[in-house]
Amino acid sequence: MSRTGAGWPAGTMPAADPGRPARLRGELRRHPSLLVGGVLAAATVIVAITGHMAPPDNPLALNPSHALAPPGPGHWFGTDQFGRDVFSRVLYGLGIDVVIGLIAAALAFAVGSMTGLISGYLGGWPDDIIMRVVDIVMSFPAFLLALTIAVVLGNAVRNVIIAVTIAYIPYILRLTRSSVLTARGADYVLGARAVGASRSRVMTLHVLPNALGPSVVQATLLVGWAILDVSGLSFLGVGIQPPSPELGVQVAQGASYITSGQWWISVFPGVAIILAVLAVNFLGDYADDKIRGQGS
Amino acid sequence: MPGLEIDGLCISIGDRGVVHAVDLQVKPGNCVGLVGASGSGKSLMALASLGLLPRAACVTAGRILLSGGETVAPGLDRTAEVRGSGIAMIFQSPRAALNPVLRVGHQVGRVLRRNGRRDDLRRRGIELLGAVGLPEPDKVARLYPHELSGGMCQRVMIAMGIASEPQVLIADEPTTALDVTVQADILDLLDDVRSRTGMGMLLISHDLSVVAERCESISVMWQGEIVEAGTNRKVISSPGHPFTAELVRDLARVPETNGRAPQSSAGPADDPAREAGG
Amino acid sequence: MRPLLEVRGLRKDYRRGGEVLRAVDGIDLALMPGESVGVIGESGSGKSTLARCITRLERPTSGGVFFQDTDVTGLSDRALRQFRREVQPVFQDPLTALNPRWTVRRLIAEPLKIYGEHNAERRVCEVLRDVGLPKDVMTRHPRDLSGGERQRVAIARAIVLRPSVLVLDEPTASVDLPARRGLLALLKRLQSEHGRTCLYISHDIRTIEETCSRTIVMYRGRLAEEGPTTAILNSPSHVYTQILISSIPRIDGAATRPGRLRARPASEQPLPGTGCLFAHRCPSALPECAADPPMVEVTPGHRAACVLAGRASRPQ
Repeated sequence: MSRTGAGWPAGTMPAADPGRPARLRGELRRHPSLLVGGVLAAATVIVAITGHMAPPDNPLALNPSHALAPPGPGHWFGTDQFGRDVFSRVLYGLGIDVVIGLIAAALAFAVGSMTGLISGYLGGWPDDIIMRVVDIVMSFPAFLLALTIAVVLGNAVRNVIIAVTIAYIPYILRLTRSSVLTARGADYVLGARAVGASRSRVMTLHVLPNALGPSVVQATLLVGWAILDVSGLSFLGVGIQPPSPELGVQVAQGASYITSGQWWISVFPGVAIILAVLAVNFLGDYADDKIRGQGS
Repeated sequence: MPGLEIDGLCISIGDRGVVHAVDLQVKPGNCVGLVGASGSGKSLMALASLGLLPRAACVTAGRILLSGGETVAPGLDRTAEVRGSGIAMIFQSPRAALNPVLRVGHQVGRVLRRNGRRDDLRRRGIELLGAVGLPEPDKVARLYPHELSGGMCQRVMIAMGIASEPQVLIADEPTTALDVTVQADILDLLDDVRSRTGMGMLLISHDLSVVAERCESISVMWQGEIVEAGTNRKVISSPGHPFTAELVRDLARVPETNGRAPQSSAGPADDPAREAGG
Repeated sequence: MRPLLEVRGLRKDYRRGGEVLRAVDGIDLALMPGESVGVIGESGSGKSTLARCITRLERPTSGGVFFQDTDVTGLSDRALRQFRREVQPVFQDPLTALNPRWTVRRLIAEPLKIYGEHNAERRVCEVLRDVGLPKDVMTRHPRDLSGGERQRVAIARAIVLRPSVLVLDEPTASVDLPARRGLLALLKRLQSEHGRTCLYISHDIRTIEETCSRTIVMYRGRLAEEGPTTAILNSPSHVYTQILISSIPRIDGAATRPGRLRARPASEQPLPGTGCLFAHRCPSALPECAADPPMVEVTPGHRAACVLAGRASRPQ
């Protein structure tokens, strides 16, 4: 219910809620990025899960007699130099990469946004110190930094996740901090203080929800970057090692065979990486649209 | 007929009509006031007169004439020719209307150049800035908009408006964002310019007292229509439309108008919705 | 009777890139219980800063804020909990002053939650009724309401804890003219029904005239004039106040316009040191104005910081 007269200009009463399916359809039409990203992401996730849990063929099973078979009816993506089914390996590996990407992005988001909130809201010398550390870390290209950390820590999945997380925390931190700085000056923060809200209450209930928007979008992009970094690191032989069917490892293992014509060993994993990153980017676009619209 | 004539103008945004059958005339030398609440369509009308309607809006009926020549009608676009030389507009937020990266003297000069005066732009620009009451105009000309106060920015905008020597100047809420003392000075300046150049002015405001003090005739706009029009005296002393009556009733509370507070006809009944809402 | 809320010698400075801006410069103000006082000033007068210092959203640089004779000037937010219950601000623009993501119910209930009050739901309904809003606004968001409704929500939130003082900063500025009168009527009713003390900050003299019995006029952080509202409006004594009052647009303004008192134009230049801050723009400035102006008592309760005050001053 709303008032007529001074409140609502003639003819602009809000329409009744059309119900969820219709809303979803309208949303898909307005935001093609959701459609593309959603489909891709859904496909990736389904594939990743089923591939991981029930790969058509054992991704690790060696089968030397069928080595280097081109894509065909029995092996859709062919086999590699050890006779392993590339299709199963790609599905299985997709799962690994996507999960690692998600974990790294989630960790970077959690740590980065909390630190950014504290840094931005409290200011003073904690902020100065944190920002100088951020400056130092960000002076290294993210991939090189992750590489260095992974090498130092050693070759394990956990270390790869740590390395990539550390490399990306500063981005989220800076974004959150700058949103917090803006939100901190908002009148509603003053208003909350005026009714007696404690500092922690103001920070968590008022500032943080209104400051997380850009960081959420960045975090979705981070999933894609993390996937790229992880596969890049393994391609270089750092972090995840063979025989794990992680996509970067696969690309590396198939690299030497491209020139002799067995392209399928590297190309399919490579395409899988691309599709996964694309899906994430489209979803990030959609999140950006939604959050931007909400903010105004 | 010299001056601005708006004849049965209808504007729509999408398929929603926002301005209906508006008639308005501004003759040279006259000051016409247009009062209305925000959302009543008064700014859209002003923008239409300069061909500055946003893309989503369009003129669906009626026409606008400048010096008898049709400038705006459905499907017609001669506005680029008349903009500047016949008609000019100043806006509510001067800082938003000025280019932040150009010095103000330069900006005035650009208007001069666009209107054919290519010679001695700098001197003429400084002259104009002085004519709008800016102290030390040669120094001000070298400043950027952010270095000036709101009132000074508004004076610069007025200088740019009159640089093209328009027949009619449309002032859309020119003083709403300004302090009351600065407002009085700016309105005095506009009166002064009017009497010096013989220009006509359409003064748009949501504040009836501003319009009532300066304009010979007043039109009242309500939800896209002109609901009242007439001489200043008539509209103030015997308003016909309830909205006008309410505005006039607000005026009655201004100090030193005892005895002049008009006894308006029984206004809209004070129904609970209006008391509580708004 | 002791003042409920008092400000003595209040000063507030801001640092802006190496320069010090003195927003409030030595203001004394006393609010008696049940009184409604207006603060008039234009941009740069420091009135909003004064409001923020009085509600202790900012810490004064020097001087004191006293509530019921207790010094609250230097207290931290935590120590101010009791003070905040009693002295509530209402901000100028409810669209930015209310968390855009929260519903009206949550916004109004927040103070109750913070102070551990029970029966929040009932109190919220009560207070919505007090401000003339229907119950169904509770589930809506501020951006879905009209300007007038939003401001009523802000007021509801401010009075939900039954404060004894309300500090309203431009309460009608974001509200359309048609809704303004309703809002002012509401404020007056809330004032009289509960004997609440109110401080109105405004640049709109008409708002102040409607609601306040006493008014102070601020210019560039200093007190220019203080007195009963009718005295300020009908016989302003400080030259600045005279110019301010005569600048209000009036229906019969055409008659008085040519003779209107005007300030001299000046590019904004900060004045150093002592002396009347208005002198460089004052049309009637005298050599004596280079020294700090005396506070002249024009009539009991009406004083102005101007050497010309009381000297055959007639409003133009």
